[in-house]
Amino acid sequence: MLASRGFNIDSLAVGETEDPQLSRMTFVVRGDDAELEQVRKQLDKLVTVVKVQDISTEDFVERDLMLLKVRATPAQRSEIALLVEMFRARVVDISPDNLMVEISGRESKIEAFIELMRPYGILELARTGRIALVRGTPPEERPA
Amino acid sequence: MAEPQTGADILVQCLVNHGVEVVFAYPGGASMPIHQALTRVRDRVRTILPRHEQGGGFAAEGYARATGKVGVCIATSGPGATNFVTCLADAKMDSVPLVAITGQVGTHVIGTDAFQETPIVEVCRAITKHHYLVTRIDDLTRVMKEAFYIARTGRPGPVLVDVPKDVQNARTVPNYDPPMNLPGYRPDRRASQADLEKVLDAIRKSEKPIIYAGGGIIAAGASPELRSFAEQTGIPVALTVHGLGSFPSEHFLCLQMLGMHGTVYANYAINEADLILALGVRFDDRVTGKLSEFAKHGKIVHVDIDPSEINKNKVAHIPVVSDVRYALRELLRLLEDRAYADLKRGGRYAEWIRQIEQWREEEPLRYPDRDDVILPQYAIERLWQILRDRGQLEETILTTGVGQHQMWAAQFWRFTTPRSWLTSGGLGAMGFGLPAAIGAKAAFPNRTVIDIDGDGSFLMNIQELACAYCEKLPVKVLLLNNQHLGMVVQWEDRFYQSNRAHTYLGAGPDEAAYPDFVTLAQGFRCGARSVSQKEDLDEA
Repeated sequence: MLASRGFNIDSLAVGETEDPQLSRMTFVVRGDDAELEQVRKQLDKLVTVVKVQDISTEDFVERDLMLLKVRATPAQRSEIALLVEMFRARVVDISPDNLMVEISGRESKIEAFIELMRPYGILELARTGRIALVRGTPPEERPA
Repeated sequence: MAEPQTGADILVQCLVNHGVEVVFAYPGGASMPIHQALTRVRDRVRTILPRHEQGGGFAAEGYARATGKVGVCIATSGPGATNFVTCLADAKMDSVPLVAITGQVGTHVIGTDAFQETPIVEVCRAITKHHYLVTRIDDLTRVMKEAFYIARTGRPGPVLVDVPKDVQNARTVPNYDPPMNLPGYRPDRRASQADLEKVLDAIRKSEKPIIYAGGGIIAAGASPELRSFAEQTGIPVALTVHGLGSFPSEHFLCLQMLGMHGTVYANYAINEADLILALGVRFDDRVTGKLSEFAKHGKIVHVDIDPSEINKNKVAHIPVVSDVRYALRELLRLLEDRAYADLKRGGRYAEWIRQIEQWREEEPLRYPDRDDVILPQYAIERLWQILRDRGQLEETILTTGVGQHQMWAAQFWRFTTPRSWLTSGGLGAMGFGLPAAIGAKAAFPNRTVIDIDGDGSFLMNIQELACAYCEKLPVKVLLLNNQHLGMVVQWEDRFYQSNRAHTYLGAGPDEAAYPDFVTLAQGFRCGARSVSQKEDLDEA
């Protein structure tokens, strides 16, 4: 729907929720207020969509999870491991000539880490896309 | 313990339970069980055999548009299903309640490029209101219940139900009244009192108000309310192509159609208005032209049942998400209150109405009066006059193809009742006229149904003459044959220096009109006559 109406999606993540009947899709869409209003309404119009929440103006926690495989000679491992530690990332696999790193956090942090790894030679990377939840009591459970 | 039934029999029983009287169905390998089941309910459901699935889809639309009930069409998988694509897109654009049922290859071979397999739900995702692929027989009754409910409620639209052949053949003991599972579907929208008071306050401040009414009035069955509201407040009414019939053309407050093909005075009026009451409309580009220039002096009140229409094309100063009949009824109720008595005072807009009348006199709809040939506008107007003089207008239903003839019909026919004008507006699908007329005739066998068509559009579904003949659905066709794709020609004249780019449909300047539609019609055993002289037209 979003593509056929010409909206641009930066990121999309889907997964189950606390209710097994429902899944949550988290989109990151760029646009002006009028465009975002249309995105919201067009999504809401889909029969299978139960609820649309625009959290861009709310206080929310967001995470993006990435697995990244970077070229690393044995001599470079400790240097990379230091960067991994500074970013609170983890090395999850080691091969003779590369490392696999797991990192999660805000998009800006992930982007910064990618830039630092680039000089070593990124072999592959995979990202989940951004997911987010609003802090505090869910909006539908707040007293009116 | 009840007997188990096959999926096909359950599906057909669902049709009966939902009050379906007519289906338009073309069989094929993957829908044979459904057709076998249809023969077992032939005393309750009439199955009409079109000669092309697109004809069946348009006929179901014609039925739905004429009655307001859900139209039903059935096709087989693959090419049968893809032939529905245009009909579903058309029904989506024009908000027509439709349930389209397609056969599908067996669940065990879905995804293997089996013979006549098309992932029709994927194809139709964006052109249906909703869609189902039924993979379990136990879901069938719930899906059918939801399909009919979704098609007719809220903003109506088409629902596709794709049923694999093994599901049609499987057996179960059905529950015909299962609970629906639609937690995200909220079709019932009603204006708040506060919104409606804002509307009346805006009317109070206005000196040059206009009502811009569309298909939503007809879908909501709000024509009587629209008329009372216009009459009580004295506000003039301009109509969209789908609004025609929602307000009587001959009414002194009616400005006819607005927009690209509308009357000059309706367009002047909406441009000069200081308040636009947009009721059940979507600010389509054929109405607005350049959006920033449209109605730029006016404040906009937009009432629509579909929240996504509000602010989509044009920002509404007073947005009202509501069923338009509910909104109008509530407005009428508020007008009874003494606090709003001033809004009903006669002559409130005397100057404004005078101005509009002046435009109407200066720039009426017109066409040249010629004696040597029959102008299409003349033919349409004469047909209308003849039916009026015979007192048959009220019971006449008009359908059209798409193009110049369609716009001339919109301009020169004077509509008096809702659901008497069936045309493909949003999608603009040529070939709509004849099958839609057949669908309307199936709904109302005693009414006169006329397809005003062009030679290009008529040829696109001419095979349905066979359906009309064999099913004894005698519709009439006024074919305006100019041997060209007239609307495109009109644009070629305007934007492409009259260079004819494949818009000529004849066989050449030395040949007679081509094809010979009279002979073609005779081949289908339909009566036909060709006229080219004015004095012969009335008799024909």
